[in-house]
Amino acid sequence: MKIGAPRELAKGEARVALTPESAGHIIKLGHECLVETKAGEAAGFPDEAYREAGVTVVDSAEALWQEAEIVVKVREPSEQEAERLRKGQTLISFFWPAQNEALLETCRARGATVIAMDMVPRISRAQKMDALSSTANIAGYRAVIEAGNQFGRFFAGQVTAAGKVPPAKVLIIGAGVAGLAAIGTATSLGAVVRAFDVRPEVAEQIESMGAEFLFLDFEDSQDSAGTGGYAAPSSPEFREKQLALFREQAPEVDIVITTALIPGRPAPKLWLEDMVKAMKPGSVVVDLAAEKGGNCDLTVPDERVVSDNGVVVVGYTDFPSRMATQASLLYATNVRHMLTDLTPEKDGKVVHDMEDDVIRGATVAHQEEITYPPPKPKVQAIASSKPKAKEKEPTPEEKRAAEHAAFKAQTKTQVTMLAVGGALMLLLGQVAPASFMQHFIVFALACFVGYQVIWNVSHSLHTPLMAVTNAISGIIVLGAVLQIGSGNWLVWLLAGISVLIASINIVGGFLVTRRMLAMFQKS
Amino acid sequence: MLGQEFVSAAAIAASVLFILSLGGLSNQEKAKRAVWYGIVGMAVAVFFTVLGPGIGGYWLMIPMMIIGAVVGVYVAKQVEMTQMPQLVAALHSFVGLAAVLVGFNADLERRRVMATQLAGGATEEFSAFAALVATKTPAELTFLQVEVVLGVFIGAVTFTGSIIAFGKLSGKIDGKPRQFPGGHWLNAGAAALSLLLAVLYLNGAGFWTLLLLAVLALFIGWHLIMGIGGADMPVVVSMLNSYSGWAAAAIGFTLSNDLLIVTGALVGSSGAILSYIMCKAMNRKFVNVILGGFGGTSGPATEIEGEQVSIDAGGVAGALNDADSVIIVPGYGMAVAQAQNAVSELVRKLRSAGKDVRFAIHPVAGRMPGHMNVLLAEAKVPYDIVLEMDEINDDFAQTDVAIVIGSNDIVNPAAEEDPNSPIAGMPVLKVWDAKQTFVCKRGQGTGYSGIENPLFFKENTRMFYGDARSSIDSLLPLIE
Repeated sequence: MKIGAPRELAKGEARVALTPESAGHIIKLGHECLVETKAGEAAGFPDEAYREAGVTVVDSAEALWQEAEIVVKVREPSEQEAERLRKGQTLISFFWPAQNEALLETCRARGATVIAMDMVPRISRAQKMDALSSTANIAGYRAVIEAGNQFGRFFAGQVTAAGKVPPAKVLIIGAGVAGLAAIGTATSLGAVVRAFDVRPEVAEQIESMGAEFLFLDFEDSQDSAGTGGYAAPSSPEFREKQLALFREQAPEVDIVITTALIPGRPAPKLWLEDMVKAMKPGSVVVDLAAEKGGNCDLTVPDERVVSDNGVVVVGYTDFPSRMATQASLLYATNVRHMLTDLTPEKDGKVVHDMEDDVIRGATVAHQEEITYPPPKPKVQAIASSKPKAKEKEPTPEEKRAAEHAAFKAQTKTQVTMLAVGGALMLLLGQVAPASFMQHFIVFALACFVGYQVIWNVSHSLHTPLMAVTNAISGIIVLGAVLQIGSGNWLVWLLAGISVLIASINIVGGFLVTRRMLAMFQKS
Repeated sequence: MLGQEFVSAAAIAASVLFILSLGGLSNQEKAKRAVWYGIVGMAVAVFFTVLGPGIGGYWLMIPMMIIGAVVGVYVAKQVEMTQMPQLVAALHSFVGLAAVLVGFNADLERRRVMATQLAGGATEEFSAFAALVATKTPAELTFLQVEVVLGVFIGAVTFTGSIIAFGKLSGKIDGKPRQFPGGHWLNAGAAALSLLLAVLYLNGAGFWTLLLLAVLALFIGWHLIMGIGGADMPVVVSMLNSYSGWAAAAIGFTLSNDLLIVTGALVGSSGAILSYIMCKAMNRKFVNVILGGFGGTSGPATEIEGEQVSIDAGGVAGALNDADSVIIVPGYGMAVAQAQNAVSELVRKLRSAGKDVRFAIHPVAGRMPGHMNVLLAEAKVPYDIVLEMDEINDDFAQTDVAIVIGSNDIVNPAAEEDPNSPIAGMPVLKVWDAKQTFVCKRGQGTGYSGIENPLFFKENTRMFYGDARSSIDSLLPLIE
């Protein structure tokens, strides 16, 4: 199959859907690659680089659309481009079918198959084709860079000879891919970052990136698992609380980056005029949702506006395009993965398998039919989080009751053991002479002390413990010493031997312990 | 001569010092002071007892003490740290023997005193222990006999048991469990016979009953420990440690000496707790260990599939150079090969290359409790990177390389995976969770317990065959 990438026509669009690198991989799949001349120039890929990678460079857009069986693009086609589609041809690009119904109808009428990169379902297997995420990642990064460009101070706090610089405070609204990328970039520049999202489950992700999660205590918080990981519109009560939270933050923060989008709807207004007013002069708002109307009241798409109180509001919509090389590399790789899935045998033949969750989900027009919206994927995107069994905080009464019960059980065993032990002692006392009982008391107490003491011995010192106990068990020498003065020669001899061996034990045991302990040292 | 009041005061001081000494072993730094408490306690106890009332025979006692001390110093200086288990076992046998001899003496003295009393002779002439016996009532004398029986019996078991443990640990006796036909029935028979003899003795039979009882106890000690495999020696050594304490305590009762009782009880409970800890670490019942062999298997062990893949020093060194975190699991094999210094050098090199290197010590690694810690300390491995199983077991999953040096059962995944394995349920170090595991091992054979180890067949396991010391030495020049 011939795969062709035309030059992007949209104003300011510098990206390209095919890079020399991705072309190399696609050729390995058995396809042929075409590219319109100068298509990659703005992204830093000259025609020469394509030729080296084995790509045919075509002189005009018309010839390319003619020749290519699969056209890969970044932006959705213009009306004019759509007219060029023919029956059996496949178009792979961002398409936004919900917003571009007329365009979709044109494509269908032309009999072309359209695969919308923005419709790739969010399942694990399809992550490698998730162009939205790779684009959002770039947008998030670039938003911070752009904000830094507009912001007149350092991000990181510093104490210098010329004075103290406080760190910039950055608030990031919406912790999707773009938001998380922005958090990562801002924290690594040294800013103090706070982030907010309506989905409480992303708190962990936010914190993992090094930002502080602004917690909004609200009863029915959203669970995004049902919506494929995207946010859904929130209730008016929730919105009020949310705005109140932002209002509180506005005077404090230096940079606000808003990334809140709801799929298939205009962007929610979250950063209102009064909040901009409350901000310090010189602060920056970067609105990543500008294309969908903006999260900020003052946002003008594609413009940088300065409010009356000196707050810069950046509404650029072409952040990925501003990093065209990186964006093209990532997008082309996403497209390449899509083609890999479309060419299961790696023999240059495209099999459009409508049973496949990923291909089915991304296909919006096929065989003169509109196949949007797709049915629910067979594999669910994210395991729906089980309704969190509220960790039952035991009430103080319950706690006390549990403690009481444990205490009671313990007391019971202890009392039983004491009673049994006491009874045994009593029995022994009946037959044993008093002098024995006195010694027995000493014995019992010593066992008890030993038990208490030995449990505290550290595991690594068990060998020294044995050596020490061994040495002190040489105390038996006292027994021999007490007997050695006897008049009987046999007793005298045996006691002598005992003194000898017990002495070896004592001296040897202690010395060896000392030797061992001297070896233990800290690093 | 010092009066009894001095002796009693010294006994109290010594008891307190011994308790402090054991309590001080709670950490490495305090331990260095604790051992001095022990030494001072012992010196105080011996000094004041020797100079106490009714003590004689100095011209034999003092030379014997000096000879004993010289031998002790010599032994302590000579012994290698890898031989610690043997040494401790050998020293236990001394305590056992001393207990037997002192017990015999007590009985001989009792007989002498009673004979004199029967003959109507004057008891005032008796010196030392005999004088004490002379003051006892008949009931006390009966109890004295019970104590003598206990002291002699426990002492004799400790004596032969420790000698066998010493032989097994030093390799002089084959480590495999060996018993006479009849096995534990023989032990049971001997024990029953001992009981009979004890009853006879208490009813006034001659000295021969006590002697025969000691012989039977010697047999039990010998036969019992012969039937226990080398891998169970940590439990055996701590058990014998405990016995030597109880023997001392029993003798203390005989001699009415509280210091002996206190010290014996301390040592006895210490050994008992250690045995308990060891058994728990192996997930075995104490009785099971003592009766020898593994028990509780309920079916055929799972067949192991796959093959053992070997690797050379270059491959191991390459992986180590790439790794950021390394955990070393030493075992008895490291001690046998005297590889601890080579390992220490390896660790030093890896650490100076900025890698995180730690040791994971299983409670029963080696042949006595804490054996590995002592070896590593000898090789100057800092103790703060030597961690216990519970501290480190969960970290294997985040570790790049785990190196198993001469250990087998303590890293056997069958303990967790195969309910039919003889060691099922024993807590083990999860080395297989590491990204890569190298097993440094002499050959393809099974370990001490004779159990096949599925770890060696795992996909991320590579076998690094050879003597542990030369293997590690060959790695050293390859580490960057």
